[in-house]
Amino acid sequence: MFSYIVRRLIATIPVMGVVAIFVFSLLYFAPGDPAAIIAGDLATAQDIARIHHQLGLDEPFLVRFWQWAWGVLRGDLGISIFTNQPVWHLIQQRLEPTAALTVTTLIVSVGLAIPIGVLAAWRAGTWIDRAVMGFAVLGFSVPSFVLAYVLILIFSVEFDWLPVQGYTSITAGFWPFLQHLILPSAALGLIYAALIARITRASMLEVLSQDYIRTAHAKGLSSRNVLIGHALKNAAVPIVTVIGIGVALLIGGVIVTETVFAIPGIGRLTVDAILRRDYPIIQGVILLFSSAYVIVNLLVDLSYTVLDPRVRY
Amino acid sequence: MTTAPLDFEAISAARRERAAFLELLRRHPTIAIGLAILALMLLMAVLAPYLATVDPQALSPIRRLRFPSQANWFGTDMLGRDVYSRVVYGARVSLWVGFWVAFFSTAIGLVIGLVTGFSRPVDAVVMRIMDGLMSIPPVLLAIALMALTRASTGNVILAITISQVPQVTRLVRGVVLSLREQPFVEAAIAVGTGYFKTLWRHILPNTVAPLLVQGTYICASAMITEAILSFIGAGTPPNIPSWGNIMAEGRSLFQVAYYIVLFPAVFLSVTVLAVNLVGDGLRDALDPRLARRM
Repeated sequence: MFSYIVRRLIATIPVMGVVAIFVFSLLYFAPGDPAAIIAGDLATAQDIARIHHQLGLDEPFLVRFWQWAWGVLRGDLGISIFTNQPVWHLIQQRLEPTAALTVTTLIVSVGLAIPIGVLAAWRAGTWIDRAVMGFAVLGFSVPSFVLAYVLILIFSVEFDWLPVQGYTSITAGFWPFLQHLILPSAALGLIYAALIARITRASMLEVLSQDYIRTAHAKGLSSRNVLIGHALKNAAVPIVTVIGIGVALLIGGVIVTETVFAIPGIGRLTVDAILRRDYPIIQGVILLFSSAYVIVNLLVDLSYTVLDPRVRY
Repeated sequence: MTTAPLDFEAISAARRERAAFLELLRRHPTIAIGLAILALMLLMAVLAPYLATVDPQALSPIRRLRFPSQANWFGTDMLGRDVYSRVVYGARVSLWVGFWVAFFSTAIGLVIGLVTGFSRPVDAVVMRIMDGLMSIPPVLLAIALMALTRASTGNVILAITISQVPQVTRLVRGVVLSLREQPFVEAAIAVGTGYFKTLWRHILPNTVAPLLVQGTYICASAMITEAILSFIGAGTPPNIPSWGNIMAEGRSLFQVAYYIVLFPAVFLSVTVLAVNLVGDGLRDALDPRLARRM
């Protein structure tokens, strides 16, 4: 197991290397010359050349990449062009709302999707099954920001039950914190829940047709015992895999959902950075989200040994 | 004067094809429903100037923020532009982007996938790059690429295509890897069939079905991504009405004029739903083994 973890960690190095090269190229090929911006309007060509030299902008691509990557490894993500603050500092400030939104969305969607997926497989062919499948197709088709507006219209504008926008930190009390996250996580969680429900159903259908399920029924186990203890446990690997892969959807959705609900998180930071063409921030955010995605999928891989004792590394 | 003899062979073949298509629609009604909705949207996009619309960019400050009425079916926005006309014209961008992204990403992914699946040294290098690109969430990748260029429909297509290519490549590569071990491919290689001929004659035809299904899903996802990009201000330029940027413009006024956001949202969702219905139907039709489970 330990050697597998080490091998798996080593395997992420080339992946993150590609991400790093892509991210660095983004700044390298970005239009506009930082030296010209720093030098100001009255600068001469010599001034700009001097700043170029000072910043190391006249070095070749590989040298600059190495300097940049070395900085990143030590936690230096560069300085925001617009606010002049360290990118890592800006990301840290915005981490809490995004983490809160992602975690609540995960809980909501997994908590909803697995039971309805199991139910649909158990009652395959009935109206329950069709309703769940209909929900899944709808989930894939209604973009999260569209659903966000529908939810705001119903629950905030019409009934005035929940706040339209904004975010309250958990330190200000649990209920206000939760109140601000209900609609965003419902909007963001739909597509994710649709994906998980669909795979849960498919995986459960596969397992439910196995002989050992018939045996479990035959020896008189209750349906609940068969479903949860025997079927779901054996159907878990594809479900967990899709939860990991689906994190990519979640990250894409976070950016838009935070915009709709005016949540001051990393998604909002990204959108502002794009509008201002603040490339160091865009770089930092891509690195952060991609690392999170790679780590989540690494954990998913490792979870296989727990979920399925037959998997040995 | 002589008349050309009727080609009964060709006519009956065409009839058989039509009958097979109708049978497909009958067995998989979701394809029929999806295609019907898409055809309507396509007609709407093509005939936009003739559907009681006005210039979607025409400003009329005196008539701004009007609630939907007989004169303005979907109301007017903050600049007095007719939301109905903008939504109808907006269909053009979504369908255009959806189609071309699906086309280019399957075409590029197919070529890369075929080569990587068949050549180990290329595979080792290219798949590492694809793994890296796949670990950047597609929407984020598209956003990053759009940040490098100026807003235009062409750039949106390019950015979304690049973000989708790794998935297609991986799909095609998977198909090729499993086909390569099949006896008929081994037999073809054993009798001395060339590299390209084996690819063309034995591998390529088997990638069509999964690619068709994947292509429809990419189309749906591209429409959503285009809307997301336009919505956050990094997509289609504001002078071209697209469902995403109409929604973006209505964002700040949502509480007073929710209809500006609602109408393009409904059209976008229905169109994406239609594409997904076609995709699900095709998947069921082309892979009956999977259909029972999904």
